[in-house]
Amino acid sequence: MRPLAQSETFMTVAAPLAVGVLAVALWEIACRSFNVPVFLFPKPSDIAATLASDWPTLLAALGMTLRIALQAFFAAIVIGTLIAFLFVQSRAIEMSFFPYAVLLQVTPIVAIAPLIIILVKNTQVALTVCATVVALFPIISNTTLGLRSVDPGLVNLFRMSRAGRMQTLWRLRIPSALPYFFGGLRISSGLALIGAVVAEFVAGTGGRSAGLAYEILQSGFQLDIPRMFAALFLITLAGVGLFTVMVGLSKLALGAWHESEVGADA
Amino acid sequence: MLAPNTALSAEADKRAGAGAPVVEILSADKVFPDGTRALAAIDLTVASNEFLTLIGPSGCGKSTLLKLIANLLEPTEGRILWWSGGFHKVGTRGRSIAFVFQDPTLMPWARVETNVRLPLDLARMSAAQSRRRVADALSRVGLEGFARHYPRQLSGGMKMRVSIARSLVVEPNLLLMDEPFGALDEFTRNRLDADLVRLWWERKLTTVFVTHSIYEAVFLSTRVIIMGAQPGRICKVMAIDEPHPRDESFRNSPRFAEHCRALSALLTEVSVEQMRS
Repeated sequence: MRPLAQSETFMTVAAPLAVGVLAVALWEIACRSFNVPVFLFPKPSDIAATLASDWPTLLAALGMTLRIALQAFFAAIVIGTLIAFLFVQSRAIEMSFFPYAVLLQVTPIVAIAPLIIILVKNTQVALTVCATVVALFPIISNTTLGLRSVDPGLVNLFRMSRAGRMQTLWRLRIPSALPYFFGGLRISSGLALIGAVVAEFVAGTGGRSAGLAYEILQSGFQLDIPRMFAALFLITLAGVGLFTVMVGLSKLALGAWHESEVGADA
Repeated sequence: MLAPNTALSAEADKRAGAGAPVVEILSADKVFPDGTRALAAIDLTVASNEFLTLIGPSGCGKSTLLKLIANLLEPTEGRILWWSGGFHKVGTRGRSIAFVFQDPTLMPWARVETNVRLPLDLARMSAAQSRRRVADALSRVGLEGFARHYPRQLSGGMKMRVSIARSLVVEPNLLLMDEPFGALDEFTRNRLDADLVRLWWERKLTTVFVTHSIYEAVFLSTRVIIMGAQPGRICKVMAIDEPHPRDESFRNSPRFAEHCRALSALLTEVSVEQMRS
């Protein structure tokens, strides 16, 4: 049914967009009609103006934060996947080490960040380490779960075909784990960004690296509220961007076969 | 599942003619680690070219027995001999045994052709040779046009056909099937049964089949083994002495109904005996 499909597209794209535009318009109108001072709550137009005028500095800051988040994200993927492979080798290994992985997850990053920043001399590296710690756990737990979630019938089939360990890994375990792995990536990419921003906050103005969190802190000190909002806007944009990329990647990898990516056309 | 000498030993089996033993089970017991006695004193010889069906109430160890034959489980007591070209072999190495599970058990991420080719890929067969075998197996189950499809695009019956095609590519000298059509509707099941019995006839397969259905057992088998539970054991054996290849006309014949009645009576007898003991 064509009209339904069209309205489906409308619902997923146009409707949220309309809500956003309406909210921004209301915000602008409210600020103007109540004469809210800029240093209390800036109008969207003020924020846009700041974005336009401070573009070079803000873009550099965005680049810095994104770089740390991405470095941490990739480190988390590599380390997390390796740990997951180690865990599925034997229950004993998993039982002995999993509680420590949980420890990593439940300790607030703000609490460990100062320690890491003291221990690691290079600020950049210290920030990356902090963000990695935050992003690591979903990859470990999801990939481990995925590598274990193999159809027992297929395991029997592989055994009867006398498949080797490596054949079973490549042709059975890894493909079975992919949906879980991509689920982990979605969560982890957002966490890497959060980790990077939190770490920058803790590192404060001490470092020379001027990420978006640093811009927010600076703007706070200078009561430059529009700039604060502009930086916040860029962080949100980066998060949405990362998430969208992950959704796209997962569609690319699983689109042909996995239930989560198969649309109503099936 | 596929060793270099498989084709040769399959040939030898066929030359040895119908009736030569393919698998011999000698007073096998199976006790699971939790103490459940799944099978007791099983003596059974599967003969070449026969269609042997295991039937019985739930928990009578039909599937366990099938797994012993497949060497997926080991007997607690007793021995299993796999014969090949007049020599028995310890273990299934060098034998080609194919197993069709209750579920289609397909890899959802792989296309139909890749799923069917899997046993050959795992045995590292050359691409040219496996391509020919995959095409042949797909045409035998009537899925020529579906090689590039993904499992999710197929109906339940078609998935089961893919599973059967995958078992045929290894050119098995023993085909084991564990209630393969149990989850399908009756129409689809009847059609697949008819196709299966034709395949079995054309390719001179040796088949051990597990089912709950009396009609299915009578339609397919040359010999039916009736099993009882607690512990799982062989209670009765019934031969279905009807000409092959069988088709829908056999299903509608009075002889078919007679066999069904006889088998049903035997099953009732077994369950009554069990109630009494």
